[in-house]
Amino acid sequence: MIQLRAQGMTVALGGRPVLSGVDLTLGAGQLVGLVGPNGAGKTTFLRAMAGLMPLRGGQVLLDERPLAETSRKERARRIAYLPQRQQVEWPLSVRRLVELGRIPHLEPWAKPGGADRAAVEQALRATETTGLLERPVPTLSDGERARVLLARCLAGDPEILLADEPVAGLDPYHALKVMELLGLRAASGMAVLVVLHDLALAARFCERLVLLADGRVRAEGAPLEVLSPAHLAESYGIRAQYGQADGRHYLVPWSRLDAEARR
Amino acid sequence: MTAAASCASLARREHGGIAALALGVVIVLLFFASLAVGRSGLGLVALVQRAHGEDAQTVALILREIRLPRAILGLLVGSALGLAGAALQGLLRNPLAEPGLIGASGAAALGAVATLYFGLSGLFALALPLGGLAGAFLAVALLYGIAGREGGVLTLILAGIALNSFSAALTALLLNLAPSPYAVQEIVHWLLGSLADRSFDQLWLAAPFILAGAILMLADGRALDALALGEDTAQSLGFHLVAVRWRVIAGVAMTVGAAVSVTGVIGFVGLVVPHLLRPVVGYRPSALLALSALGGAALTLASDIALRLLPSQFELKLGVVTALIGAPFFLYLVLKFRRSVA
Repeated sequence: MIQLRAQGMTVALGGRPVLSGVDLTLGAGQLVGLVGPNGAGKTTFLRAMAGLMPLRGGQVLLDERPLAETSRKERARRIAYLPQRQQVEWPLSVRRLVELGRIPHLEPWAKPGGADRAAVEQALRATETTGLLERPVPTLSDGERARVLLARCLAGDPEILLADEPVAGLDPYHALKVMELLGLRAASGMAVLVVLHDLALAARFCERLVLLADGRVRAEGAPLEVLSPAHLAESYGIRAQYGQADGRHYLVPWSRLDAEARR
Repeated sequence: MTAAASCASLARREHGGIAALALGVVIVLLFFASLAVGRSGLGLVALVQRAHGEDAQTVALILREIRLPRAILGLLVGSALGLAGAALQGLLRNPLAEPGLIGASGAAALGAVATLYFGLSGLFALALPLGGLAGAFLAVALLYGIAGREGGVLTLILAGIALNSFSAALTALLLNLAPSPYAVQEIVHWLLGSLADRSFDQLWLAAPFILAGAILMLADGRALDALALGEDTAQSLGFHLVAVRWRVIAGVAMTVGAAVSVTGVIGFVGLVVPHLLRPVVGYRPSALLALSALGGAALTLASDIALRLLPSQFELKLGVVTALIGAPFFLYLVLKFRRSVA
């Protein structure tokens, strides 16, 4: 059973503690949402899960083995990381960008082979970006770009996907599309951890949410339990409206508590 | 045409293979052309004809000892500069980076000038290029010391600028203290950069460093590709970025340091060539490396031929010619950049 687990993860940036003793388990076939106010430590947590940050305490375990003891190559093959505001420095074509996802599978000096091309094609199909193949990345719309960046991650056939705000800046149609894609990947066995600011989307798509605030896990579990009025008030300082549709519960962030108190 | 549309039309055309082949043919032609021009006024046909006459020995001497090392050096130094420029631009993800940026070429020039100033270059033939190499290695050691092992890209650039300024200051000091106008002239002439009158010994001294540096840079092509996605993502794709960074810097310092040690400073080749060829390979840093080496060789050989064809009383120095071509081009890049930002 594939599993990425944080155990008592403690991280400091420039001497300031950012994460204090965070525990989280991500298993195969799960789509887990990481939510929390700005500055809660979500991005730091994701980077640490990807093995990109030194830990001050605790550890990350990949299948019960400390991540720090795995090889760079194994990590790269099994874990894909999609940073917030992913930069693409040169005006690469979509094909060349998605091909970069195959790097962990290439032998030194070897050119991409048939298996690599097949994986790239599959990633393009899964994200419905096949038609963009020869387009330079700077000419893509934000919605196209988000899907292409996701395709880059999928091309490496990772077991685990760590995505930092993949729907930031997208209109509802494209945000829904990206979330559906992540849901499909989880349904086909991938372990997906996604940082989200849109609480409605988080509640709609994730089977489990983790609420991070001030570097600690404040709540973890079913979306509507995690996004309860008490938790939202304590962590975000907001109130939400709750409802039900298609047999599911939803919520919409509604008002700031400090603004209400002043009235 | 908008910037987006212009890169759309460029990226659809990836012609790396054809361009490499074309440049290869051009280089072969330029190489023979380089053998055919020179101060002795012997063209290639005349050389071949007279190679069988009584001048056979003189002709062979001119070819073997003067023109052949010059052509091979142009090939070697040009490709070193082109490759180093492409590698450094890929590492720093900045199309305006120049191989001299990290301080190795300025320090190599200082090292070489020091041997001229202290008269070591008169003691044995290879003192000057050895001084240059020593300067380049000292520069990388200092860079490592100043920027630190884990130093970020910005720290590296700033440390490189500091090293360059210091090398320039010390070079100026040596010029200032030079005992005679003749010594000043010797140093200045050397600093201008030239392929003329270099020996095979100097060539053999530089070649191993240039080749080793080239291998270091070429081996990191894939990491440079990954760096297009930023440092975090490159690391998540399995690269040890600190190691990549120092391998590329060592590669740049070895190639450029060795090149400068033999020829003096030849600017702008390492800036202009990668920039021109980048669209041809669809902006892929790894594919640009080898092509840029070919382009650098072609540009250097062509410039070195052109300056010999100019009807001037004194032969122009190669560094002067490349700067005369390169500086306006750099200006053009800045103006283009301004338009794309506005």
